[in-house]
Amino acid sequence: MVPPTLGAVPGPGDEDLIEHLRAGDEDAFVNLVNRYHASMLRVASTFVPSRAVAEEVVQDTWLGVIRGLPRFEGRSSLKTWIFRILVNRARTTGVREPRTVELDTGDGLDRGRFTVDGSWREPPIVWTDDIEDRLAAPEMAAKIQDLVAQLPESQRQVVTLRDIEGLSSREVCDLLGLSEGNQRVLLHRGRTRVRAMLEDDVKGWEK
Amino acid sequence: MRLLSSWRRDIVCRDAVALMTDYLEGVMPPRPRARLERHLADCDGCEEYLRQMRATIALLGRVQPEDLSPETRDGLVALLLAYREEIERDRADGAGGEDTGGGGNT
Repeated sequence: MVPPTLGAVPGPGDEDLIEHLRAGDEDAFVNLVNRYHASMLRVASTFVPSRAVAEEVVQDTWLGVIRGLPRFEGRSSLKTWIFRILVNRARTTGVREPRTVELDTGDGLDRGRFTVDGSWREPPIVWTDDIEDRLAAPEMAAKIQDLVAQLPESQRQVVTLRDIEGLSSREVCDLLGLSEGNQRVLLHRGRTRVRAMLEDDVKGWEK
Repeated sequence: MRLLSSWRRDIVCRDAVALMTDYLEGVMPPRPRARLERHLADCDGCEEYLRQMRATIALLGRVQPEDLSPETRDGLVALLLAYREEIERDRADGAGGEDTGGGGNT
């Protein structure tokens, strides 16, 4: 399960860190960079076409963070605030259409798996029982990132922010300018696809 | 698979699967939720599907950030220092133009 996250509250340890950052503590900045840089790169990559552009966006975001810190009021978590700067920059940099919500195309739902009356044609094979150990393996983390990378853009953004970065639905709606309902639809479709791809992978494991 | 569905208002597997994110997000009204839970209690297929969704989410939550290269980190620290120098210079010039329009805090 995703840990429950609250809306607009400072994150754990934020206040301390902010104080040190404002005092000009270089170590605090390094701490901040270590904490968020990789996440920022991952989120930026869901908006722009290449790794190189994502790196530029993140660099640009850090500059915005450095400049904006004196005025940061702590009304959201540091992470959400940083992500907001990031998403704004990514959107203005992104070559892609900034606001396309693919609600009607490629929803990836498992419709073919049901009979006309809505029952399972073939019930899902059971794989959650014996999968725990293998799911914990480091290579699965890389695998799941590859699967997420194959999602359509909007689904990828929502799944990345919600399930990988652990932001709350409210934060994600706010960042991406989505309604709660649309956010949930995208999350459902994204998770459904990842589940299906994961299942394909699991099927190839043995037998 | 469920046996005979005797309740007209019982939901079918296809609906149960479509509702799973709403269920996991905790946004279902009590009565539909109770119907879904009744279905899940009866249907091994849907129960396993829900477990798979949970396993998928757990797996996504375990993605770790890649390690930052020292070069990247040093580059960003250099960015910080350059910015500070810029501020100092502005102060020395008596311009006081600290706000360069970056960031934003709304």
